[in-house]
Amino acid sequence: MTAVAQLLDLAFILVVVIDFFLLSSSRMGAAIRVVALQGGLLGVLPLMLAPPGEPLGHYLVLAVGALAIKGVLIPWLMFRAIREASMRREVEPIVGFVPSMVLGGIGVALAFAFSSRLPLPEPSAAHPFLVPTALSTVWTGLLLVVSRKKAVNQVLGFLVLENGVFVFGLLLSDFMPIMVEAGVLLDLFAAVFVMGIVMFHINREFSSLDTEKLSALKD
Amino acid sequence: MLRTVLHLAALLALPPLLLGVVNRTKARFAGRAGPPLLQPYFDLARLLRKGAVYSRTTTWVFRAGPVVGLAAVVAAGLLLGMGGAPAAISFTGDFVLFAYLLGLGRFFTALAALDTGSAFEGMGAAREVTFASLAEPALFLCLIVLARATGTGTLAGMLGPGLVAAWGQTAPALLLAAMGVFVVALAENARIPVDDPNTHLELTMIHEVMVLDHGGPDLALIEYGAAVKLFLFAAIASRILLAPAGEGALAAEAAFFGGLFLFALGVGVVESSMARLRMIRVPQLLVGASVLSAFALVLLLR
Amino acid sequence: MLALMLLVVLAPVVFGAIAFAYPSNRRRPVALLAGAAVHAAGVAALLAAPGEEVPGRWLALDAIGKVALGTTTVLFLAAAVYAQGYLARREDRDNRVFVGGLLVLLGAMTTVALSHHLGLSWVAIELTTLTTAPLIYFNHNARSLEAAWKYLLIGSLGIALALLGTFFLALSGAGPGGPRSLLVEELVAAGPLLSRPWVRAAFVFLLVGYGTKMGLAPLHSWKPDAYGEAPGLLGALLAGGVTNFAFISIARVFQVTRAAGEEAFARDALVGLGLLSIALAAVFVVGQRDFKRMLAYSSVEHMGILALGIGLGGGAAAGAFFHLVNNGLTKGVVFLSAANIHRSFGSKRIDEVRGAGRRLPVSGPLFLAGFLAITGSPPFSPFFSEFAILNGAFGAGRWVVGGLFLAFLAVIFVGMGATVLAVVQGDPEGAPQVPGTGDSWLTAGPPLALIVVVLLLGLFLPQGLRDLFTSAGALVGGGRW
Repeated sequence: MTAVAQLLDLAFILVVVIDFFLLSSSRMGAAIRVVALQGGLLGVLPLMLAPPGEPLGHYLVLAVGALAIKGVLIPWLMFRAIREASMRREVEPIVGFVPSMVLGGIGVALAFAFSSRLPLPEPSAAHPFLVPTALSTVWTGLLLVVSRKKAVNQVLGFLVLENGVFVFGLLLSDFMPIMVEAGVLLDLFAAVFVMGIVMFHINREFSSLDTEKLSALKD
Repeated sequence: MLRTVLHLAALLALPPLLLGVVNRTKARFAGRAGPPLLQPYFDLARLLRKGAVYSRTTTWVFRAGPVVGLAAVVAAGLLLGMGGAPAAISFTGDFVLFAYLLGLGRFFTALAALDTGSAFEGMGAAREVTFASLAEPALFLCLIVLARATGTGTLAGMLGPGLVAAWGQTAPALLLAAMGVFVVALAENARIPVDDPNTHLELTMIHEVMVLDHGGPDLALIEYGAAVKLFLFAAIASRILLAPAGEGALAAEAAFFGGLFLFALGVGVVESSMARLRMIRVPQLLVGASVLSAFALVLLLR
Repeated sequence: MLALMLLVVLAPVVFGAIAFAYPSNRRRPVALLAGAAVHAAGVAALLAAPGEEVPGRWLALDAIGKVALGTTTVLFLAAAVYAQGYLARREDRDNRVFVGGLLVLLGAMTTVALSHHLGLSWVAIELTTLTTAPLIYFNHNARSLEAAWKYLLIGSLGIALALLGTFFLALSGAGPGGPRSLLVEELVAAGPLLSRPWVRAAFVFLLVGYGTKMGLAPLHSWKPDAYGEAPGLLGALLAGGVTNFAFISIARVFQVTRAAGEEAFARDALVGLGLLSIALAAVFVVGQRDFKRMLAYSSVEHMGILALGIGLGGGAAAGAFFHLVNNGLTKGVVFLSAANIHRSFGSKRIDEVRGAGRRLPVSGPLFLAGFLAITGSPPFSPFFSEFAILNGAFGAGRWVVGGLFLAFLAVIFVGMGATVLAVVQGDPEGAPQVPGTGDSWLTAGPPLALIVVVLLLGLFLPQGLRDLFTSAGALVGGGRW
């Protein structure tokens, strides 16, 4: 196996290991940094996946954009949002840490076991770990959004979900127009920006970022 | 053959030195000079010279505990192929015997603790056994990953020359398995972050409290047994990680002994840099190790 | 043609930027009116121009787009007039974000109507979520904050899933000989070449993702909170505008799904979710004590009707597009009049509000008329569109579906009627009153104008419009109406 192929293997596996860490961790600061790491890793992946000999311009722009937005800007926004929040830990979420890890593990196992059966149009071009990693990360993101109580962790779940979708988009990078990819990245940034503002207001109003307090509205 | 004898001699002689390396590393991290590297040998010798006091409530189980514990661990060592060399005893499926020999040792230690009739020891036994039951799936999953990667069913084969070839094909899975083995090693040997070997506070002891009532030669046997168990895990973990380092006999031996000390160093570093986990978090750590090992297995099964 | 399209997309955004920069709080709402007027002029010019079809364009105006764009323009114009009166009464609040956000929303919605590139549609719909979430918090209280957070998070989650679905769709066309594109025309043209499992998976994810934005059950949990706590003006634009655009995105994806041969599966899914939404709305509308939350459930119901319409096909598809227009305009009536009532009584619960018909001589009866319209009473136009869908159901021999539809409509009529009558009838003596909140031209005029349009459309539907709905329905496999 070539060195690049081995590095790619490691990169995809690292993305999945980060998913497991997020499912099991209760420390918000560590979680934000780790999601930033995952985003940065995903920023580098397009460069590694580019077929040799092709002009790197498209991939380079995408890589730099993803690295800047997911690796630097978004974590900065998140840290600003939680700066005022005194609670930096998630106390037992709706789905406990151990069940989350087990559910995540089952999802990952299923993704890796069955994705080889999916009829990919160009099986030779895609790295065999790409689709399972994408699906695992989407599954992890969903679990996080649905089961965490702290607003920051819900936003992190959303980011992880978008990371998973981004990995999937790597399959299409040769004909997905750059405007759409740029649009997706900018939308992501804008989404986190708006979420950060709302979280700031939530913290001011409720003196906490615990969404359990957001339960006045019901039928 | 010669290598196997050498390894058996190392199994019997080296474990206290590993313990010394761990303690020295921890001391250095704390800014102290630390005890001499050979200190554990002197401790064992001192303990062997002492007499033992046995409570009237104990039975033969209490006296048998340390002996069976040590015997089980040394017997497990006979099954282990160290540094890529063949093991003293080897047959298909011997890794199951390996895991359960370790379990047997733990079982008798717990029995001896319960035999004292004290609630204190019972509490420690309960905790230890709970955590061990969570660590067992992780250990088995790691061993199965090794079996699948190398295509053999013997412990010696899993850690043998086949491992070098497996590294070329399935490196990420082996890395994950190595991480799993490291976490299991920390759990089985009662190291931080699972248990603090230096604490003697009621609320925080797990392993220490089980051996609280043993004294003199019994304590020496227990401490020596614990050191041998650490040696076994060090052998497995370092072999997984350092397998590609050496093909030839000499390189493999050098990698083996070097790996042992690196492992002890690593344990010392982890113990010095982390705090002990709260007890409700330990199951999460162990389940996490199991999930990682399961993921490694899925990677191999595709 | 292209220049006009770019004008209608960018003009509102430019006005929005002006609004952000403009310092005077009192005069900033005029930017809203100006932007709406320019946009309306541009849309009128677009609709009148015959237009040449240039293939391969990302922006194009087809029948579906015409229906949605026309409705939204009228609704937004009414809302802009209303906003002049509303914001004048809310001078305590800084309306910079509100006005700017609404204008950017208009630009985003126009983009969705005109876009034939599924990636661009996605970006625009995400933009609608982001611009409207801060506006829900306009009243700056804990409840609206909670509503804004749920709206933002659930909406973003749905949109992320829709992105995955969009990628699946692109992947379905990435095979050998495939179109390798996200333009609706190219995907439809390449129909049988698309990989069917991927198209099916894409449809599921896109239905779930855009269905969340639409507020179809069971993905509607954000709706009662968001529509209940948002200012009525925003509620009208969300219920009558944004949800429509999520619907037409699903309709465009449905076009591709049909071409790829997955029509039966898609139709079943649409009919199922449609009926589920109407049923759920029926359950929750009965005994609802908060009349703005009741309107939210009514919106869930109507989104269900739209899904049911295109799911059934035949004449029901054209009926669905007619219903899109009716839903948009009627939601404007009910939300704006409800907002007036809410402001006058200072409360939106039926325990405290009664006699709105007497205290607000225009808004009260308008609320009643709007209720009648929205539950499908003749001679208002929603009756005719719902009738067309019902006709389509029975005509295709789907007796169970039609029967259930009819039953749920009846339950909703009774449930909503109880709440609305409790609000409108009675003696307002003793009910809380906020001074200076009576009906004025600016706050009562727009909903009055809208209900007149709804009545006229019901009494006399021009043949041109009828043909437009039929051709829109034909795009998604409908027949003659």
